[in-house]
Amino acid sequence: MIFRKYPRLLRGLSLTAAALLTGCQGGILDPKGQVGADEKSLIITATVLMLLVVVPVILMTLAFAWKYRASNENATYTPKWSHSNKIEAVVWIIPIIIVSCLAVITWNSTHKLDPYRPLDSDKKPINIQVVALDWKWLFIYPDLNIATVNEIAFPANTPVNFKITSDAAMNSFFIPQLGGQIYAMAGMQTKLHLIANEPGSFDGMSSNYSGGGFTGMKFKAIATATPAEFDAWVKKAREGKTLDAGAYQQLLKRSENNPVQYYASVTPSLFYGVLNKYVASHQTAMESGLGSVQLASLAKSLCITPPVAKE
Amino acid sequence: MLLGKLTLDAIPFHEPIIMGALSGAGLMGLVVFALITKFGKWGYLWKEWLTSVDHKKIGVMYIVVALIMLLRGFADAAMMRTQLALATNGHLGIFPPEHYDQIFTAHGVIMIIFMAMPFMTGLMNIVVPLQIGARDVAFPFLNSLSFWLLVSAVVLVNVSLGVGEFARTGWVAYPPLSELSYSPGVGVDYYIWALQIAGVGTTLTAINFLVTIIKMRAPGMKLMQMPIFTWTCTWANVLIVTSFPILTGALAMLSLDRYLDFHFFTSEAGGNPMMYINLFWAWGHPEVYILVLPAFGIFSEVISTFSGKRLFGHTSMIIASGVISVLGFIVWLHHFFTMGSGADVNAFFGIATMIISVPTGVKLFNWLFTIYRGRLRFTTPVLWTLGFMVTFSIGGMTGVLLAVPGADFLLHNSLFLIAHFHNTIIGGAVFGYLAGFTFWFPKAFGFKLNEKIGKAAFWFWQSGFFFAFVPLYVLGFLGMTRRLNHTDNPLWTPWLYVACIGAVLVALGIACQLLQIAVSLRDRKKLVDETGDPWNGHTLEWSTSSPPPFYNFAVVPHVHDIDAFTDMKEKGVAYAAPAKYAPIHMPKNTSAGVFIGAFTTVMGFALIWHIWWMAIVGFVGIVASMLARAYDNDIDYYVQPDEIERIERVRLAKLGINVDRNDGQANPAARPSKAKTLEQV
Amino acid sequence: MASHATHMDSAHAHDEHEHHDSGQSTVLGFWLYLMTDCILFASAFAAYAVLFGNVNGGVAGKDIFELKYVLVETFALLFSSITYGFAMISAHKGNKSGVLGWLVVTFLFGAAFIGMELNEFHHLIAEGHGPQNSAFLSSFFALVGMHGLHVTAGLVWMAVMMFEVVKTGLTSRSLTRLNCLSLFWHFLDIVWICVFTVVYLKGAM
Repeated sequence: MIFRKYPRLLRGLSLTAAALLTGCQGGILDPKGQVGADEKSLIITATVLMLLVVVPVILMTLAFAWKYRASNENATYTPKWSHSNKIEAVVWIIPIIIVSCLAVITWNSTHKLDPYRPLDSDKKPINIQVVALDWKWLFIYPDLNIATVNEIAFPANTPVNFKITSDAAMNSFFIPQLGGQIYAMAGMQTKLHLIANEPGSFDGMSSNYSGGGFTGMKFKAIATATPAEFDAWVKKAREGKTLDAGAYQQLLKRSENNPVQYYASVTPSLFYGVLNKYVASHQTAMESGLGSVQLASLAKSLCITPPVAKE
Repeated sequence: MLLGKLTLDAIPFHEPIIMGALSGAGLMGLVVFALITKFGKWGYLWKEWLTSVDHKKIGVMYIVVALIMLLRGFADAAMMRTQLALATNGHLGIFPPEHYDQIFTAHGVIMIIFMAMPFMTGLMNIVVPLQIGARDVAFPFLNSLSFWLLVSAVVLVNVSLGVGEFARTGWVAYPPLSELSYSPGVGVDYYIWALQIAGVGTTLTAINFLVTIIKMRAPGMKLMQMPIFTWTCTWANVLIVTSFPILTGALAMLSLDRYLDFHFFTSEAGGNPMMYINLFWAWGHPEVYILVLPAFGIFSEVISTFSGKRLFGHTSMIIASGVISVLGFIVWLHHFFTMGSGADVNAFFGIATMIISVPTGVKLFNWLFTIYRGRLRFTTPVLWTLGFMVTFSIGGMTGVLLAVPGADFLLHNSLFLIAHFHNTIIGGAVFGYLAGFTFWFPKAFGFKLNEKIGKAAFWFWQSGFFFAFVPLYVLGFLGMTRRLNHTDNPLWTPWLYVACIGAVLVALGIACQLLQIAVSLRDRKKLVDETGDPWNGHTLEWSTSSPPPFYNFAVVPHVHDIDAFTDMKEKGVAYAAPAKYAPIHMPKNTSAGVFIGAFTTVMGFALIWHIWWMAIVGFVGIVASMLARAYDNDIDYYVQPDEIERIERVRLAKLGINVDRNDGQANPAARPSKAKTLEQV
Repeated sequence: MASHATHMDSAHAHDEHEHHDSGQSTVLGFWLYLMTDCILFASAFAAYAVLFGNVNGGVAGKDIFELKYVLVETFALLFSSITYGFAMISAHKGNKSGVLGWLVVTFLFGAAFIGMELNEFHHLIAEGHGPQNSAFLSSFFALVGMHGLHVTAGLVWMAVMMFEVVKTGLTSRSLTRLNCLSLFWHFLDIVWICVFTVVYLKGAM
């Protein structure tokens, strides 16, 4: 099988090598947003720092093994030598120094790259609410009153604020070229703040296995070059159907490799209704702008017959 | 319904690959069965092995199970690599998700729980009592029981191949996916009961070995004088005792959710799936140290033995292992930085994780300085060790990288992560076990393994490892995530092919390993080790014959040094026979463990399929067998001095020591000539 | 599973009685087993602490706990620990009938405890507060029920030991086993005090 594919393999390898040289098209080493770029440089800094120990250790392993091979009678042989305070001190202190540096970097970068921290920008952010479903992504633009399945768009250089939940098993919301991922969990709301610094269409996916159709749980994140292009995309979305409780129940049905869908309008606070299906919290009701009774009835309308197939 | 959920539909007749695998396995089973019958070995097998409470034999049986499960787990890996190499650019490959998802779940569960754990436990069984100069473990019957519980779990996992299905949740079985609402089939129930049964066995083993190590050390052996492998096993056992009950608890809660409609981890009714993830990793992270610490111990033994030198920084090594064990308990959150914990929490767990690299780094340096000014013999175990030191350095580095939350946001759930943990588990634990396997094989069987094929196996494994997993590191950078069934990114495809080549190389490595055993078995006369000390060893296990007599030591040695046997050899007392032998108290073999294991299998199977009457039968059988054992008064005996003398005389004759018939005393200054020549190998 | 492990260990406690210091080793091993059991309980306590507030719109602790009833239950178990202590004193004196007498008393107290617990569970379920209704109730039933299963296993073991003492008298084997059961029984008492404090006292407040 390998031999049959050999020519393809060779071509692919050279392609990839070229891609690596030009910066890993499409991967996390080819970031198109500030968050991703910061995270990439963090990876590189940390790796270089660690290579300071790892490379000498590997070289010493090979060098010592060679020099003190049994056949080398010229090398010193001290069978009883097994302790040296000096060496012990050095071997404890060197890793401690490196780890201390890394710890400082980690502390600072973790706070700076906290996915919950809104990005600094003078532009008004785009708000997107994300619901992971079996096996597709539902995106709601609460400010624009539109919704989509498996596609989002936003203008480049504008921060995007994601609020994420799930109405299925746990998933992870991930657009590798824009920055880190965050879990999507039923009854819980997570947040992610990303920005695209270049226009383009980026791959998005669920990176956490969530069942049979998970492989096809992909979407496109389109960063438009201009606000006008974004408006045009919104206009296209406005040509779609209405996302009400009935349409949502349709979406709840399991489907794989779902095509892109657009919804011209959305039942208000639908996202919070989904959250409320699992956990009725005061906080959710506050955020949704609905009373808790109203929200509960909205949540109820979003349920289909319990998914449990009791045997 | 008399058979619960079980119907004929549970057998996947329509799946050619499964039926092929089943008939293959069935055929092999039949051949083995026929061979044993033909040579009339059933009685021998039953009396000398299956019912044995001898730690050495139990250890060997553990390793046999581990090797069989290595083949099964590797077959899963090979299928995964094949699928991913075929299912590119719009092709869907040969395995649809409902099958493929079982394969990767089974691969993870089998490799961790049913390959690595038994391999580790097997080596510990064979070596630890010998290293501390004990005649057996503290509770020999319990040891046999632990083994049979493992076998019971192994049987359940493999039955799932032909009857029903295995979990389709990934080896971590995160809820709500593993809850009834998303996984209504029996797959998760197979997972739960297999892990639960194996887990109880493992916990009992750990208790057993801790008591053995605390209570049964040879006179004079202070704690800080224990050999390093025994020390790392001690730490691993402490980790087992403290972490496995958490897994037991988490799985019990998941079973309550699935069987009795409780709401621990459901999304509904206030359940909290995140709690499972926390509990799972509170076990799961210490678990990786349980696997790797004994391997570190093996490398230490190998490198000091073959450098002909004391281990550098013995105390430092013990402390480093202890620090790793303790820190191993406060880092579990690094498995889910992406859950949305605050920056402070993430940073704390990230930094705690990095700190583990300090004692690990110290260990690497200590091995280096053990080689330093030594006389390193490049035997197979040494190759595994050097291969480990190079490979594991890289795995450690990528691990620290993953511990930086900002980096983990990009690398989590990616193939980079997969590459990382295979790098540490294969490059750390498995290389260690294979080194230990080659190193102690002559001790267990009395002949050495073929070096040439052993080295070939190493090179195939080592190169196969790089071919299989470096592409995964790259794919992680290219944005490929784990557990995908098919891909459509042309940039990924070539790397998936390379990884497939890696799998082929590893397969050749495994084949060499099997060939090595076969060839060595054929040449066992040529490879025989009469001395019991083929490598000029340092510790007590080498002071007795190979294989050791069932009582291990005719006379329990007195220990004065870390390298107890080196010390004895230097003082010229290594092979001294005493004036008189004293009777030795030994446990008798028992079939109770086999029966309890069998009833446990019945109960587990019945619980999986909701066949309640059968579960009760199994449970009653377990209790009855235990009571029968508890009130069996015929469980031990004394080996009489004349029998000991007869056995020891044969050994001393092989060593070339003349025993004067009149007083039965060997010349205390005698050094076995054969041992001497072997030292120079 | 917990009771399962218990049985395993009672079997191992029965093992190896003739070894030189096997009594000591067995007791040490049993201590270690109790540590593992302690961690198992700790997981259940942790789960209870996490899920305590998740009542799913149903009853909370203060709605269903009857402190007085539980206090009686608690005293039944505490007394059983004291009477087991008396059994051990008799055992060390070699007083076979004393051992048997105190074991019977202990068994009755233990059985009373279990009876009361089952009654409490029965009432809760009959009133529609079964473990299926909320995560809080699930964790409550699991934690208290797990302790109850342990006590039940202890009772079975105690019955077996009474039988053994009647049959063989106070041999070194039965003494070691009685010792392990004693540890087990007192351990369950301590766990129950935690259950009483964390679940009932805190819950009723």
